[in-house]
Amino acid sequence: MTLSRENLSPVLILGGRSDIGLACAHAFAAKGHPVQLAARKVASLQPEATDLGLRYAVPVSTHEFDVLDTAGHAGFLDSLPAAPGIVICAIGMMGEQEAGEMDFAAAAQVMRSNYEAPAAILGLIANRMEATGTGTIVGISSVAGDRGRATNYVYGSAKAGFTAFLSGLRNRLAKTGVHVVTVKPGFVATRMTDGMDLPAKLTAQPEELGAAVLKAVTRKRNVIYVRPVWALVMAIIRNIPEPVFKKLKL
Amino acid sequence: MILSGWGRFPKLECRVTRPRSDAEVRALVAEGALIARGNGRSYGDAALSARGTVDMRGFSRMLSFDAETGLLVAEAGVLLADIIAAFLPRGWFPLVTPGTKFVTLGGMIAADVHGKNHHKDGSMAASVEWVEVMDGDGMVHRASRAENPDLFGFTLGGMGLTGIILRAAIRLRPVQSAWILQETVPAPDLAAAMALFEASAEATYSVAWIDCLASGANLGRSLVMLGEHAAPSDLDNRRRARPLVAPAKRLLTVPFDAPGFALNRYSVGAFNALYWRKGRRSAGRALVDWDSYFYPLDGILHWNRIYGRKGFAQFQCVLPLAASEPGLRALLGEIAASGQGSFLAVLKRFGAQDSRFSFPMEGYTLALDFPVNPVTLALLDRLDAITLDHGGRFYLAKDARMSAATLRRADPRLPAFLAMRAAEGRARSFASALSERLDL
Repeated sequence: MTLSRENLSPVLILGGRSDIGLACAHAFAAKGHPVQLAARKVASLQPEATDLGLRYAVPVSTHEFDVLDTAGHAGFLDSLPAAPGIVICAIGMMGEQEAGEMDFAAAAQVMRSNYEAPAAILGLIANRMEATGTGTIVGISSVAGDRGRATNYVYGSAKAGFTAFLSGLRNRLAKTGVHVVTVKPGFVATRMTDGMDLPAKLTAQPEELGAAVLKAVTRKRNVIYVRPVWALVMAIIRNIPEPVFKKLKL
Repeated sequence: MILSGWGRFPKLECRVTRPRSDAEVRALVAEGALIARGNGRSYGDAALSARGTVDMRGFSRMLSFDAETGLLVAEAGVLLADIIAAFLPRGWFPLVTPGTKFVTLGGMIAADVHGKNHHKDGSMAASVEWVEVMDGDGMVHRASRAENPDLFGFTLGGMGLTGIILRAAIRLRPVQSAWILQETVPAPDLAAAMALFEASAEATYSVAWIDCLASGANLGRSLVMLGEHAAPSDLDNRRRARPLVAPAKRLLTVPFDAPGFALNRYSVGAFNALYWRKGRRSAGRALVDWDSYFYPLDGILHWNRIYGRKGFAQFQCVLPLAASEPGLRALLGEIAASGQGSFLAVLKRFGAQDSRFSFPMEGYTLALDFPVNPVTLALLDRLDAITLDHGGRFYLAKDARMSAATLRRADPRLPAFLAMRAAEGRARSFASALSERLDL
């Protein structure tokens, strides 16, 4: 091997099957970081792990992980081959808004998957990082959490909770060496959005997201939108007066 | 969505899907009239199908690499740029590469692309160990020289019309550095350029930029560029410390369509004259990084916009060796007389190649591009006729406008290709705008 790489800390990707999680894995592996992919039914992720290892000549491991099994979180972290210096939580579940309106069990599943369970694992990781005085946590939240809308407020409210949790965590850890990054991707061209007619100027490619997350971690950014135009779009949406907003179809 | 090839002519409304697994492709083949599309770098209509364009970029994983033999197994949608990024730092480079690295593995196989080393190493086929192709029934066949040799032969250069290419194994070549020793030799006319090619059979890489607007005594004046992979001993101390790393280039971009009148006989003529003089002055040996040497245009994103909104048409033919000189004279004379100049005129000597439907054969190949308009389209028809008169044939990965009758006159291998298409319902399952235009 002729590659010269500094000793970079491992990156743990929670939600390693998602296009967003994998895009982050590619971006960090390309810089030489070892990668730990964590997901449910992780055996089927082996081709992705092999691909990452071949492309970037970094160690890649896969780890069985179910975020909803909160009792198993500590054991999962203990089982990792090395404590990750960077953790990226790309876990998310869109769900069906209408199902969530009809059946609270469906809504609760979305809320738990997007907020409660990710908050549980990141809280645990934060405590461990705080003890060592170093580390970076990246939470992939959503612009949907910036304001509740009729078409996806179940998902949006969970993401709003997650965004607030990340904000609080960042505040709490600001005086330690631990940094927290909140990522609000906006539209991303993934298999979740295949076939949707998304506006090209507002839609990021997964590689763009990976590069943006890498840059945010390197530069210790706090909150990022992947495409800067989303900061403007969401500023407008947040500032529409409620009497007007409630009558809009969004 | 509206799609085109890299030449942006023609444009077609296509139904596009992006499968990510064999099962997802299998679900599509039942619907028929599919064509796989890679990164959209073929110039014309080869990767367009109104009913079923299959975007293969979801097949983007590298599957294995043998560091002893340089054998890489990868999915069809993997970009050549990614292969180079992954393996050049470890001392491996593609055995065969076209003039852009923004192509997919599957696309390179379907077009059986060639590079500046064709005279020595052959086309893409030479580097392909095996390929896996899905047929119209959703069955996956592995094809190699030993296993399913007919399918292998027709798939290399078959323009995606034998089935959906899913995966392939290709051999990479070991290299000692990321640098190329380039030697530029000016040739004042066509005879001199051809003599240089004939005298340079041992060079690993050879290609010529040709001034297609030069006429009379200057007809065919060229800058012949030879290249060899540099050894560490060819590098200065700083580069020798990290021989497999070359500096990343700054990317330029063409942000909008140039107006259609920007390229005309005067602007192109002035450019060509300047380029010739500059090349003649700076002739000699130089050390060039791999990216600048193999992919000069990749440094300018969206360069296809310089031809304006209506797009451009590529013309690339190959003439058999014996007919090359009179054929090239006739082609260049016709182009110079028309005044329809092309910046990117390229001349290259091909080595021998025996294949079922691939483009290359022993002789000389000439590649040109022209903005699309009625005058250039008429000129292209005349170039077709000259090529046919000299026993030449055409590169389908570049073509957007040739007639089915011209193809039939150009290629005696066609009946065998059509028989393959007729068998097992392939013509029904797999079709592109190109296959419909050329009645394949």
